[in-house]
Amino acid sequence: MSRRKLSRLTQQLVFTGPTTILFALVVLIPFLLGIYYSMTNWNGVSRHLEFVGLSNYAHVLTADPEFRNAFWFTVRFTIVAVLVTNLLGFFLAYFLTKPLKSKNVLRTVFFMPNMIGGLLLGFIWQFIFVRGFAAIGQATGISFFKLPWLGNEPTAFWGIVIVFVWQYAGYLMVIYIASLGNVSKDVIESAQIDGATHGQILWKIIVPLVMPAVTVCLFLAISWSFKMFDLNLALTGGGPFNATRSVALDIYREAFTNSRLGLGTAKAVIFFVIVAIITAIQVRATKSREVEA
Amino acid sequence: MEQESRYRIQTLILEILLVLVGLLFLVPFYFLLSNSLKTFGEILSDSASLPSSIQWANYKAGWEAINFPSAFKNSLIITIASNLLLVLFSSMTAYQMVRRDSLYNRLLFGVFVAAMVIPFQSIMLPLMDVTSRTGFSDSLWGLVICYIGFGAPLSVFLFHGSMKSIPLEIEQAARVDGSGTYGVFFRIVYPMMRPMFVTVIILNTLWIWNDYLLPSLVLTSESLQTIPIATYMLFGQYTKQWDLALPALVLGIAPVIVFFLAMQKYIVSGIAAGAVKG
Repeated sequence: MSRRKLSRLTQQLVFTGPTTILFALVVLIPFLLGIYYSMTNWNGVSRHLEFVGLSNYAHVLTADPEFRNAFWFTVRFTIVAVLVTNLLGFFLAYFLTKPLKSKNVLRTVFFMPNMIGGLLLGFIWQFIFVRGFAAIGQATGISFFKLPWLGNEPTAFWGIVIVFVWQYAGYLMVIYIASLGNVSKDVIESAQIDGATHGQILWKIIVPLVMPAVTVCLFLAISWSFKMFDLNLALTGGGPFNATRSVALDIYREAFTNSRLGLGTAKAVIFFVIVAIITAIQVRATKSREVEA
Repeated sequence: MEQESRYRIQTLILEILLVLVGLLFLVPFYFLLSNSLKTFGEILSDSASLPSSIQWANYKAGWEAINFPSAFKNSLIITIASNLLLVLFSSMTAYQMVRRDSLYNRLLFGVFVAAMVIPFQSIMLPLMDVTSRTGFSDSLWGLVICYIGFGAPLSVFLFHGSMKSIPLEIEQAARVDGSGTYGVFFRIVYPMMRPMFVTVIILNTLWIWNDYLLPSLVLTSESLQTIPIATYMLFGQYTKQWDLALPALVLGIAPVIVFFLAMQKYIVSGIAAGAVKG
């Protein structure tokens, strides 16, 4: 009896022990420590921490224009990037499930940018915007390419959107293709026989049926864009004049440029709360639509 | 018949349009490759056309500037070690959670699912404190430990989902035949989980190989630099020296592009499966 209990305990430890310990060490303890540090004047050097209560939070929420700017930039960016990436990803998937000769090659082409990490992509596109666009502008005379892309506030915003869409549309396309493959041909054929137009079939039949994929893709795109860091760091570094600084980059700068780690962790906790709320709302909203469909 | 011919013209137009969009997607690669082979002067004067004379020396300089063999080796060690251990540990955890439905295991699973929401930037500052106190900082193994801890929630979640579909009867039959718990897991359950292995490994590889922030916080020695870190350092050191930076970028993305073209089928199906489950 006790031997059996012992072997059960051993099994529990062997099977869940390593994951639990490492998870606690790397995620759980830092997470809890962060809540504590966010209420101190931690600067990373001095070992003596002073407890300052909620004053870091008060500072971030009321007296920190940089955090506010970063937050609004991130919100605007997320809305635009999520919409464009999903629309492009969906329509690429929709067209590439039709019997095209080049569909396999095109799927590869659209997906490939996703393999490259945000940091290297950011540097590659820095070159495209600074040199490549200028060269195209000179050759063709099209004013679109002559804009000072990364040197100007509105164009820098759209510059990041372009790179983000280029990077992630193919990933969402793959998910949408898998989902479109599950839409039964009989349903579409019978709708055609009933005289439904292409548009009606797309919006009234296909879109509701791929709603689960929409949930997943919205979830992924929101998570990528709201937490964007590497691409932001490499492409614009938050510039010009901090106009394209994301929240993740702002936390990083607060900690490592200003050496105010206490303030940085307070921002980090606020960031977590916002991400958690958005995730909860988003999952609930799309799940409820799924049931109706 | 009539419908078919109409269909063909529409398809052709669609095909042409999509090929154009595809070419647009490839333009950045053209700029990257053609300019990586030009002299610095030619990059500045004419970045749109093909190189007038091919400068292979750029690649030698780029190779040395990011210390490519060392950076590649470090990235490879970290990615492979993290993947192997993540798959082993999280599949075992998921198995235990599904087969021993205790309150503790249910709670643990709940914590893992909730933790998937935590952005890395929310824990990175205290994590640096933890790694420096425990002596994990500035070592590849310390970094691998961080990846296992941070990657465990999603991996466990994915394995948990796939484990539920493995019938208990097969395991019971193996037990009757005299297999112990560990034998059942490694000889019966493990092989049946293979499709999910592919998904978990692909998702973790894309993340770990390309990650910049975590290694930049944990590693400080130059000899431990990964490809993203070496690239970032290069750009910090030589701003706008494109004849050096572009070949370094080509070298940096080459391994992952080769990996993709070789493993495309698995990558695409792995991502689709991961999304359906996730």
